[in-house]
Amino acid sequence: MSTTDREQGFTTSAASAPGVKAGDFVDPAVSGGGSRTGTVPRSAKAKKRLTNPGASLIAIVLAVLWTIPTFGLVLSSIRPEIQTKTTGWWTFPLDPQVTVNNYNLVLYGGQNNFASYFINSLVITLPAVIIPITLALLAAYAFAWMDFPGRDALFVGVFALQIVPIQVTLIPLLRDYNDAGLAGSFWPIWLSHSIFALPLAIFLLHNFMKDIPKSLIEAARVDGAGHVKIFFQVLMPLLTPAIAAFGVFQFLWVWNDLLVALTFGSPDTFPLTERLASLVGSRGSEWHVLTAGAVISIIVPLIVFLSLQRFFVRGLLAGSVKG
Amino acid sequence: MDLLLSADSTGDKLITMVAAIILFVAVMGVLLFAVDRPRNVPSWLVFLAFVGPAALLLLWGLIRPAILTIYQSFFDRRGETFVGLDNFVALATSNDLRSVLVNTIIWVLIVPVAATFLGLLYAVVVDRSPVEALAKALIFLPMAISLVGASIIWRFVYEYKADIGDIQQIGLLNQILVWLGQEPYQFLLNGPWNTFFLIVVFIWVQTGFAMTILSAAIKAIPDDVTEAARLDGVTGMQMFRHITVPGIRPALVVVLTTIAIGTLKVFDIVRTMTGGNYGTSVVANEFYTQAFRQSNAGLGAALATILFVLVVPIVVYNVRQMRISEDVR
Repeated sequence: MSTTDREQGFTTSAASAPGVKAGDFVDPAVSGGGSRTGTVPRSAKAKKRLTNPGASLIAIVLAVLWTIPTFGLVLSSIRPEIQTKTTGWWTFPLDPQVTVNNYNLVLYGGQNNFASYFINSLVITLPAVIIPITLALLAAYAFAWMDFPGRDALFVGVFALQIVPIQVTLIPLLRDYNDAGLAGSFWPIWLSHSIFALPLAIFLLHNFMKDIPKSLIEAARVDGAGHVKIFFQVLMPLLTPAIAAFGVFQFLWVWNDLLVALTFGSPDTFPLTERLASLVGSRGSEWHVLTAGAVISIIVPLIVFLSLQRFFVRGLLAGSVKG
Repeated sequence: MDLLLSADSTGDKLITMVAAIILFVAVMGVLLFAVDRPRNVPSWLVFLAFVGPAALLLLWGLIRPAILTIYQSFFDRRGETFVGLDNFVALATSNDLRSVLVNTIIWVLIVPVAATFLGLLYAVVVDRSPVEALAKALIFLPMAISLVGASIIWRFVYEYKADIGDIQQIGLLNQILVWLGQEPYQFLLNGPWNTFFLIVVFIWVQTGFAMTILSAAIKAIPDDVTEAARLDGVTGMQMFRHITVPGIRPALVVVLTTIAIGTLKVFDIVRTMTGGNYGTSVVANEFYTQAFRQSNAGLGAALATILFVLVVPIVVYNVRQMRISEDVR
């Protein structure tokens, strides 16, 4: 998610936003399908709604305002350089010419070389999603299902860490990475993203784990299963939707991040966002390059977001069946 | 080991990535195996194996650096000489730095209110429309786009060309001005309104978030309540004011505060759109500039500390609201 802020979208939380049930948030796609069971049939209500032209007008105006800027960018990225630079994209129908040159130029053209920055984004993102989720799952399990003196106080402490803005940590961390000789490699970026993700990940996964019926865990324990076995064989399959949900958020956060990449990165490790941002600085009017570059950086998070939405839906349905 | 630290070709990078993941899985595997195998491992040791790695990382990478940064905010630019409150005094007195604080306050006042209002409006008007899912997806998608990407999208909308000869505008907004018979305008250069045009970008991103949460909250209002009101002949606007808004009040507070927290930390937009020039800088951007571009560690630390101090009360309020609404349920 594009957000500077991981909490967004999630703290507000899937699990804890008032009046919002765990999965509700996730799914612009399902919520239309409605969990309402009113006395009036849905279709009748829908008709009532539609008869209000004012509401429809507002909806259309907002939807257009929200879509046009992106549409203009995407259309410009496939117009020839000279056209993009001299005429507005809205003149496209007057002289429709389409090219992939901008993309070739951005991906493989000498200086830009987005292909290699794309790889960097990928190399940064995968470990920075897998590591914190794994660590958070283990910690969340312990906080939910193990007895330990001071456990609850410790959990509140972890929860409270969400208030620390990452800016507060950057200067000392950079010094440490330099001292340890890690500077310029991917390690500082992986480590930092993992650390920054932990408080929220532990909190959310803990909430999901607490929802699993205690009897399941106890039955396994009676059968002689240890914590490790319970964790992998009983809990993991049930937690897949929660893991997928947090995974998408962490993926979007890391893929779209600029601050961590700028602070700890080097020319060898910079991701797409850094490359795009610096292109704006150095070649801010080369719109054929900028538009194509922006589309390349946007496409992966969009695909991930849209395709994993279904995962969310399944998680939502499973949750509501459980009641 | 060398490969793990410096990978420059694509193949090497991918190998490094896979190696890092395998290394991590192996370490965790050994750890879990060690505590699970023997019959009578004390329970605190098992707990430690599960919580320890995360706790260590948080202690080293979050708590310790936060304390160090607050400590460092009382030192000079090289972090050597104790200067007391000088950095904070500079923030309050220097004109440039004060405008950074003022801009941050403008952002945090406008973005949450505007995004929440638009999100709520949209959620209400598309509620139960036959194309609700599609309509929502359109507004929600900017959330998946990076702030750098969003900034480029909007720079393109704001793009300015001097109005000479037959030069055409390629920025949509300036073209609209020209169509209306106005002069094209430098949206990002002319203060003080340029800050407002940056703010628009973040509102554009955050509205989808507000809309999604509020829409779910609206749907959670019990049907019998709305039906009863409708039978009593309540009109649309009255319904909105007396049923919908009170029904989703806790969600409204959480959306407002969550967006406010995100707004305080916003950095990518200012950096990509103007680089913090032309009087548009905010605390999060100025922190980066001072700490890593101007090498002024003391002032950078002071800005980060200010950010921390600004965020804390909002988070505390946010959490308390969640608690209250959970108790009510």
